[in-house]
Amino acid sequence: MTITELFLLFVSSIFVHNILLSRFLGCCPFMGVSSKLKTAQGMGAAVVFVIMLASLMTWLTYNYLLVPLHLEYLYTLSFILVIAALVQFVELALKKLNPGLYKSLGIFLPLITTNCAVLGVAVLNMNEGYGLAASLVNALGSSLGFLLAISLMAGIRERIEDNEGIPAALRGLPIALITAGLMSIAFMGFTGIIK
Amino acid sequence: MNIVHVMIAPLALMGIMGGVFGALLAVASLVFRVHQDERISKIRAALPGANCGGCGYPGCDGYASGVVNEGAAVNKCSVGGASVAKIIADIMGVDAGSSVPVRAFVKCKGSKECSPRELIYDGVKDCASAATIPGGSPNACPFGCIGLGTCVSVCQFGALSMGEDGLPKVDLSKCVGCGACAAACPKGIFTLVPVTADIIIACNSHWRGPDVKKVCSAGCIGCGVCAKICPAGAIELVNNLAVIDQNKCIKCGRCASKCPAKCIKTGESVQVIEKSA
Repeated sequence: MTITELFLLFVSSIFVHNILLSRFLGCCPFMGVSSKLKTAQGMGAAVVFVIMLASLMTWLTYNYLLVPLHLEYLYTLSFILVIAALVQFVELALKKLNPGLYKSLGIFLPLITTNCAVLGVAVLNMNEGYGLAASLVNALGSSLGFLLAISLMAGIRERIEDNEGIPAALRGLPIALITAGLMSIAFMGFTGIIK
Repeated sequence: MNIVHVMIAPLALMGIMGGVFGALLAVASLVFRVHQDERISKIRAALPGANCGGCGYPGCDGYASGVVNEGAAVNKCSVGGASVAKIIADIMGVDAGSSVPVRAFVKCKGSKECSPRELIYDGVKDCASAATIPGGSPNACPFGCIGLGTCVSVCQFGALSMGEDGLPKVDLSKCVGCGACAAACPKGIFTLVPVTADIIIACNSHWRGPDVKKVCSAGCIGCGVCAKICPAGAIELVNNLAVIDQNKCIKCGRCASKCPAKCIKTGESVQVIEKSA
């Protein structure tokens, strides 16, 4: 892939194929951790961190372990195994080596161990046949897209919470779900800017 | 060959991967072990686990490590009170010290009837944002309770509720004195008083008498009668507001009976908690 193609892949993975609003992966934290902007950003940062690492490790696992052994169909199982072990390992290492980062990522790190966004990016990289560079660019773009979407969502939810204008039956989660749907429709507007 | 590829190879691969990762994590947990003082987990077990932050640390975990690592006082947990302080003191091998439990008190009597609601505030239903409007409050008195119930929403113990009169009510049987309401109130109308306190001045206004009279019929007008009449010298006038020193108060009640604004609360409510607790 040329630099131009990598850049286009980066932009398209953030906006056109936004992992939350276009691919609908990782919706659980999108709803669960988006009521406060600060925690949403913590979650987003942890997702960027884990998706980058997981994409690297799963790419290596697939291309240097599963392909030579002709066991490609085991990718789901082995990806889950690799990601879970990796996150556990990183958590242990961070606790010792960088307590500051460990504290700021906090509970989000184990929370996203088996998040489908993490596994989804790894599987996408494999399905599209990306090389290492393209995989990492796609991982960075997708996870930044996650950070962007969850931050926007949290910003909106902070403003509409306890709003007297919202009918009582829609307050809380219902209006958040409607908001998510509208945001998703808005992101459809990016379709077509990149082929 | 076929059997090997279809059955054995996948099993072997997953088994080996699982085994390798397991071993790796086992080694990592030894290599990266963080030595934690065992007193921290003991203290954490003794704490009530309310995570209210009343001690000044972020949650009970924070306080437990604060006691061991930073030498925090052992009697900071207002939820657990003296019994928990005693346990922590035993673990740390220090004296528990004495701590009289405290409870939240609303030092404002500016109910809807007493103090007019001057503006119709239609913004975010939160006292902190209502306090940012010009004048500092939608109500006539800029020192008093705004009445949007931010204190109620921050209370983790369900001890606060907004009364019919527009003022928060403290349920003394539920209040633990963590001070979350005091920290959240933009007007600072909450004060933490010892449960033994009997005389409390229920006003927060530093305005002079005539100005107070215009905005509230229940506010301290700063006349100083209470300070003059107090035989123990426990009350003094600070900036047009009577302030009482609970350590000097002899609970005679003379101040309350002479107060022209009737803004000195005598303590049956505070006393009740002692009996029921």
